[in-house]
Amino acid sequence: MLSYDFMRHAFAAATIVAVLAGLVGYFLVLRGQTFAGHALAHVGFTGATGAVLLGMAPLWGLVSVSVAAGIGIGLIGGGLAQRDVAIGMVLSLALGTGLLFLHFYTAFATQATALLFGNVLAVDARTIGWLLLLAVPSLAALALMSRPLLFASLQPELAEARGVSLRLQDVLFLVIVALATAECVQIVGVLLVFVLMVGPAASAQRLTTRVGTGLLLSLGLALGEAWLGIALSYWTDWPASFCISALSVGAYAVAGVPSLLGRPRASASSISA
Amino acid sequence: MVTASVDLQRVTLARGRRDVLSGVTFCLEGSEFVGMLGPNGAGKTTLMRALLGLLPVGSGDMLVLGERPRRGNPAIGYMPQARAGVGGLRLSGRDFVAGVVSGHRWGLPLLDRDGRREVDWALDMVNAREFAARPLSEMSGGQRQLLLLAQALIGRPRLLLLDEPLMSLDPHHQRSVVELVRSVQKELRVTVVFSAHELNPLLGSLDRVLYLGGGSAALGTVDDVITGPVLSRLYGSAIDVVRVNGRIFVMSGGSDVERDEHQHGAGLHAHAHEQQRGAHAVV
Repeated sequence: MLSYDFMRHAFAAATIVAVLAGLVGYFLVLRGQTFAGHALAHVGFTGATGAVLLGMAPLWGLVSVSVAAGIGIGLIGGGLAQRDVAIGMVLSLALGTGLLFLHFYTAFATQATALLFGNVLAVDARTIGWLLLLAVPSLAALALMSRPLLFASLQPELAEARGVSLRLQDVLFLVIVALATAECVQIVGVLLVFVLMVGPAASAQRLTTRVGTGLLLSLGLALGEAWLGIALSYWTDWPASFCISALSVGAYAVAGVPSLLGRPRASASSISA
Repeated sequence: MVTASVDLQRVTLARGRRDVLSGVTFCLEGSEFVGMLGPNGAGKTTLMRALLGLLPVGSGDMLVLGERPRRGNPAIGYMPQARAGVGGLRLSGRDFVAGVVSGHRWGLPLLDRDGRREVDWALDMVNAREFAARPLSEMSGGQRQLLLLAQALIGRPRLLLLDEPLMSLDPHHQRSVVELVRSVQKELRVTVVFSAHELNPLLGSLDRVLYLGGGSAALGTVDDVITGPVLSRLYGSAIDVVRVNGRIFVMSGGSDVERDEHQHGAGLHAHAHEQQRGAHAVV
């Protein structure tokens, strides 16, 4: 399997993206901002189609537009929950505009499918270099801000009183999310960004109640699902994005089983307390 | 002379264009348990935010522990009103508290030995050590309140601002939270400002009452402040104070003001209000 260049490239790209998505996704789920992540991917689609229309690589349109949107969402501020409608409106417009760009750029069907559903087997060595170049500073920034980000996520009012700038944390984090979603699009496409950004992190938070363990588990699950998905795709000849999404959703379902079985006991103890 | 923990001289605070407090003067001592009461919109949360340096002081002088209010003052502990989201977190209570330690500093959220000791201390102060390993989503509302209090204690503050710690708790848990806060206040010799909708759960534990209303404030013992004339001035309408079996009811035209306020509170807490009504009926 690894004797083919395209398979080696696929595994390398999936590794870089899964590490970033697993770690960023943990905070995304903890903060209840998964919808924002979803929206950034959709907005990125417009950027990607726009870039292709201008004769540029789709990755750059994806990155620049989703980063701009991340900053925008962060600056609008307000309660995380209240933003859903505004985000939903913006992403509808974005997808519509993306379609308009597709309309202008005829002979675009394969490109569109690759953007929407990903095409990890088509990633070349050059793209891997760019993925790495974007992932390393994103991870460094996330590491640097992880303590105040965790504080601001768990207890925003107290964090604000202790001198944490919620606005700054939000904007910085959404820029990192934008970069991570742009990377995910290379593997699983705009429509399936959830399977790498949210699936592993949400499964991890079902399985452990500790922050450190959760981060590692989310990272491990993202890697495992991406690798196994590509391998399954190789053996079955089914699309890699389907295999990864099936594994991601399957892991999430399995992760829910222990708490389902343990529920009667848990609720009994909380009543007695 | 001991520095006053909170000192306001003719302070005016505005929220939007509306003056919430105007020309308020009072002074809290170095170590006391102060219950902050008043109708919705009287400025309880606004006052706390101003003390934390999150809201500018319109006019007048405000000193907190001898300093002008500033954001990030580590000498102030703050317990915000409980948010609905916290109850859904599948995160251990211990990590919930640990996230506060040095949380304002950049870097990885790893705790050294001092940090872990600080978390243990805070959990011990609120008797939460036993259940802190459980996820927040499997705790009772009262247990989550204790963890919020533990978070406020991180950094060993000298002034504790507690915003509605009793909201959505049943009377039994209300009593235990009040008693716990009282014992923490005495042990650490700090000043506690404890805002509440209802006076009765605090009776017997508090040193003084700070009653806000109509843009002004009255500070004093329960007997000094919770009287018809003082409250009529704050509410701007005729108020009667009725005492029954050691409980105090603030009445306006025959209805219980505090209880009505309570029922106007967030719709999320309807269940707790039911229980509260039950308690009133017993009296």
